[in-house]
Amino acid sequence: MGLRKYLDDIEHHFQEGGRFQNWYALYEAVDTIFYAPGHVTKSTAHVRDGVDLKRIMITVWLAAFPAMFYGMYNLGFQANEILAGGATQPEGWHYAIISMLGGYDAGSIWDCFIYGAVFFIPIYFVTFVVGGFWEVLFAMKRGHEVNEGFFVTSILFALTCPPDMPLWQVALGISFGVVIGKEVFGGTGKNFLNPALTGRAFLYFAYPAQMSGDTVWVAVDGHTGATALSVVASQGMAALQEQLTWMDAFLGNMAGSIGETSTLAIFIGGALLLLTRIASWRIMAGVMLGMIALSTLFNAVGSDSNPAFAMPWYWHLVVGGFAFGMVFMATDPVSASMTNTGKWIFGILIGLMTVLIRVVNPAFPEGIMLAILFANLFAPLIDHFVVQSNIKRRLARG
Amino acid sequence: MEHYLGLFIRAIFVENMALAFFLGMCTFLAISKKIQAALGLGIAVIVVLTITVPVNNLIYNYLLADGALAWAGAPGLDLSFLGLLSYIGVIAAIVQIMEMFLDRYMPALYNALGVFLPLITVNCAILGASLFMVQRDYNLGESVVFGAGAGVGWALAIVALAGIREKLKYSDIPEGLRGLGITFIIVGLMSLGFMSFGGIDI
Repeated sequence: MGLRKYLDDIEHHFQEGGRFQNWYALYEAVDTIFYAPGHVTKSTAHVRDGVDLKRIMITVWLAAFPAMFYGMYNLGFQANEILAGGATQPEGWHYAIISMLGGYDAGSIWDCFIYGAVFFIPIYFVTFVVGGFWEVLFAMKRGHEVNEGFFVTSILFALTCPPDMPLWQVALGISFGVVIGKEVFGGTGKNFLNPALTGRAFLYFAYPAQMSGDTVWVAVDGHTGATALSVVASQGMAALQEQLTWMDAFLGNMAGSIGETSTLAIFIGGALLLLTRIASWRIMAGVMLGMIALSTLFNAVGSDSNPAFAMPWYWHLVVGGFAFGMVFMATDPVSASMTNTGKWIFGILIGLMTVLIRVVNPAFPEGIMLAILFANLFAPLIDHFVVQSNIKRRLARG
Repeated sequence: MEHYLGLFIRAIFVENMALAFFLGMCTFLAISKKIQAALGLGIAVIVVLTITVPVNNLIYNYLLADGALAWAGAPGLDLSFLGLLSYIGVIAAIVQIMEMFLDRYMPALYNALGVFLPLITVNCAILGASLFMVQRDYNLGESVVFGAGAGVGWALAIVALAGIREKLKYSDIPEGLRGLGITFIIVGLMSLGFMSFGGIDI
């Protein structure tokens, strides 16, 4: 193995006293990407398991792939549809590359995919490089390892971006998420908010014009198209069903943030996470339960002035970022509740809050992002009270 | 009834004293290391707010407001410039009484709260609630509900903060940020989470 030998040969430069000892974190990161770490527990009693943090994080990363690939295709498909409808051919470097590699035919999977890739890959690349820069900088200065958790943060962050987002905002958002959301607390596993969502929420409030509204969801300049949720909020369910069938929404044939459109693709990733028991089924079930309960309640109550009251739960599930948030964001093991009962409560709180924000709050059409952040705030408290009540119950049992 | 419920919920979430108006920060930051103490302080603030806001409402409406002294035969008198003074006086008296009560019946909590119990007197959240009450022209019923809601909201925020800080005991925070520094960051991020309610009109 030439690579192994090469890495071993240069290792002494990075160890203490070596020429590049400040860069040890980087060396260690490269080494552990290619090879399993050699650390072995030497004391007597411990649990053996093939799964470690690295494998968990990489699995989550892979689980996001269906949503990512479909998202790229769909981004191009939506844009090409509009271009085919007679919109003027836009200019700029994006379009130069697209013309070089493909065309603008909405019927061709390749063309749509290239269109989407040309918009998504720069976003992901900026996310990865800028976020990675902070990660490595903190790792070097603070002496912790560069963690694969960043793979997850970066892909989740990039997938929640609207396709048209300026790249400097992407850089700013991921910087905020990684530095303020995670690294100031000491790195992976020590934060209390989901870093990807922290960055996105920061952008959402700092640059609402590029993060919400009607013009950002399709990667064609000047095109206006409301998201499904804002159609419901302003015109009601009937208007939405005219332009979108449930099946379309489930498969993801609609505009939206890059990764959130296809509920099916997200569920494929979600199935992998549940199968490998990386994501907690209790949290997902709790989110579903809370969402179904409150939306059914709103259906039953009804409202004359607010058409969103009439939105049934199976529509809540397929439009907006609900599925993406439920599968990938809410189940983040660091910022969610740790106890089993706590996970149920945590999930239900997210479900309730999502529907509440979507339906009752006129300021925000989408609610899952803020609902998860809100529930993150209360996750430690939920755990505390679950533990307390367990202690009490056991004492009472004698 | 619906009106009061709306007011209550708004006071807890939408207009959260700590995380939307950043009032009562000194105690909020200082007594949030332990959930137990935070819970005790939170309950104390709920009690003080639920009593002082309506009492101040009565004082304002029957003694201080323009023409409020009509019942005493002085319809032209406007004593509202004495507002701040009287509200603080009422708050101080109520806090004193509560302090004696806690000292007598709950010494553990009394010791845990320490100097911050008398400091509730000058907690801006409590004076702030009374001033909001005057500014927004609440009647007696509304001020009871508003006082209780503002208190519950503040208590919820401080207990959540204490939960997060207890969890963060296991974190590895850079030296310069330990203690107050990181707490400021946490409070900022919490208020980001509470933005989810901003804009709800009940």
